[in-house]
Amino acid sequence: MTLTEKIIAEHAGRPSVRPGENVWIRVDVLMTHDVCGPGTIGIFKNQFGADAKVWDPFKVALIPDHYIFTKDRHAMRNLEILRAFAKEQRLPYMYDADSPWYKGVCHVALAEEGFTVPGQTLFGTDSHTCTAGAFGEFATGIGNTDAAFIMGTGRIWVKVPETLRFILEGTLPDFVTAKDVILRIIGDIGADGATYRAMEFEGDGIRTMDMEERMTLCNMAIEAGGKNGIIAADEKTVAFVKAHTDKAFTTPASDPDAAFAGTVKYRARDLEPVVAKPFSPANVAPARSLKDVKLDQCYIGSCTGGKLEDLKAAARVLAGGRVRTRTVVVPATVSVAHALSIEQIRGRTLKRIFEDAGAKIGPPSCAACLGGPPDTFGRLNGSEVCLSTTNRNFPGRMGSPDSQTYLASPLTVAASALKGRITDPRDVL
Amino acid sequence: MSLIRGKAFVLGNDVDTDQIIPARHLVYNLDDPKERKFYGQFALSGVPIHQSGLPNGNLPFVEPGNELSCFSIVVGGRNFGCGSSREHAPVALQMAGVRVVIAESYARIFYRNAVDGGYFIPYECRVSLPQEIRTNEDLEIDTDANLLRDLSTKKEFPLSPLGDVSAIVAAGGIFEYAKKHNMLGR
Repeated sequence: MTLTEKIIAEHAGRPSVRPGENVWIRVDVLMTHDVCGPGTIGIFKNQFGADAKVWDPFKVALIPDHYIFTKDRHAMRNLEILRAFAKEQRLPYMYDADSPWYKGVCHVALAEEGFTVPGQTLFGTDSHTCTAGAFGEFATGIGNTDAAFIMGTGRIWVKVPETLRFILEGTLPDFVTAKDVILRIIGDIGADGATYRAMEFEGDGIRTMDMEERMTLCNMAIEAGGKNGIIAADEKTVAFVKAHTDKAFTTPASDPDAAFAGTVKYRARDLEPVVAKPFSPANVAPARSLKDVKLDQCYIGSCTGGKLEDLKAAARVLAGGRVRTRTVVVPATVSVAHALSIEQIRGRTLKRIFEDAGAKIGPPSCAACLGGPPDTFGRLNGSEVCLSTTNRNFPGRMGSPDSQTYLASPLTVAASALKGRITDPRDVL
Repeated sequence: MSLIRGKAFVLGNDVDTDQIIPARHLVYNLDDPKERKFYGQFALSGVPIHQSGLPNGNLPFVEPGNELSCFSIVVGGRNFGCGSSREHAPVALQMAGVRVVIAESYARIFYRNAVDGGYFIPYECRVSLPQEIRTNEDLEIDTDANLLRDLSTKKEFPLSPLGDVSAIVAAGGIFEYAKKHNMLGR
């Protein structure tokens, strides 16, 4: 069996499963946030009763992150609904906005708080829940109805996906990152190239990646239609997970004779910095081919590109320079935001580097990655053109319906900020 | 025999959930009957206007100020519903009066939400219907025969059988299905 099949079989209480089978499985963690939590809670109460209790309060994480720093009264009301539910259900893991426990972007917070554990199953009411596959677990996005079902029963049905395997051979060249790898893959197989399938990443090019880079890779599996992205745990995974939780876990891997739906090999040395053009993450071109694209904004943030290593990479490029276009930095979480004042490059903190370069730092949340209410930090207006470290560039995704978003790595976005137009980072460093 | 009739609203490939319901509207509570209606009003409001109501485009799915659309069958191409897991998307279509979506293929979370929430029937058709059907044409779906008839052009198209999910669709959603099969115990 493949890694994904093994985890599903184990959670279905069966010796084995085959792709295409529908099975009911146990859920180890359910995550929801401020946008989908209220709807989930509503369905849960309608279906299980006003007095119903969640199946296991220690397995539910409420991580508000989408619409936090806004005056929108409906958004604030949604936070109230989460708050009341956490209190009523005595949920220990509510990372409330406006509290010392506030975290920020849920997918990064899940890892920081020890919810991402090899061999387990994690479901979340957010399509980028697949990020957690970086830790060798089965993690996927669901809607409110499925989440409500899990809340009441701790179980859900899944169709066992076939697995597509992507092997990265060799070490990535300088200035080529996990973001470039996943954009290249999505460009090659298309926005529906992995629909209903698991995307498993392996090879020495993956093993050399740190956990945050692996998260970036798995994060965008959904942009190829993937049900989940997954990377078998190794010593780096084990070290990270043990530093964040004392939960016991196993580290399953695909069998040598596992049946894959397909295998695609990449030689790391053939890869280069790339950009996804509007309006699809699959619309990929080399960064060097887009030098004519002038930018109104550079955006560095989100679960894809707002982790500490992402911001360090951007700061390395911006250190000592001045941005030539509006540049905003949104740390994914409070921990990342704190680290900006501690981590240094050549004696200067990352915060100082960003500020000296003329970039503006916003509070940790999803912010303008998905547009949001009109007062959202970094939201695009009119026909603005933005280069962003985020994951989607659909029409109107970052705000105005007339805006255009290009997607790239933190290195490419930072290099482009210095030039005011799309720039291959190898031309700056 | 069960027949569903309605007017067609035709879209292209890769209609993502930001197009189906732009993120700024996601603040409304799906659980509040009054706020839930807003989703009908904003359904498909993020579709670029030249692609809205093909082949001519430039047709809003819901007339400004209305909550219901005059189109109850949405026809799409490949990868319909890609992107976010927001269940607000299938709800928005349902609240606007959509009873059936027919696409060449779906993104899985949207498909699953449509089925498990029981909002409308998501049919697949191997034919690329946006090339065959025009917005405003009268359609008829025979759910027993898995057949789509374009009453305006008299053309017929086979729909893929619902397969594994047909029992959940027939029950009206995952909860109704689970109750029927006594699965809601722990």
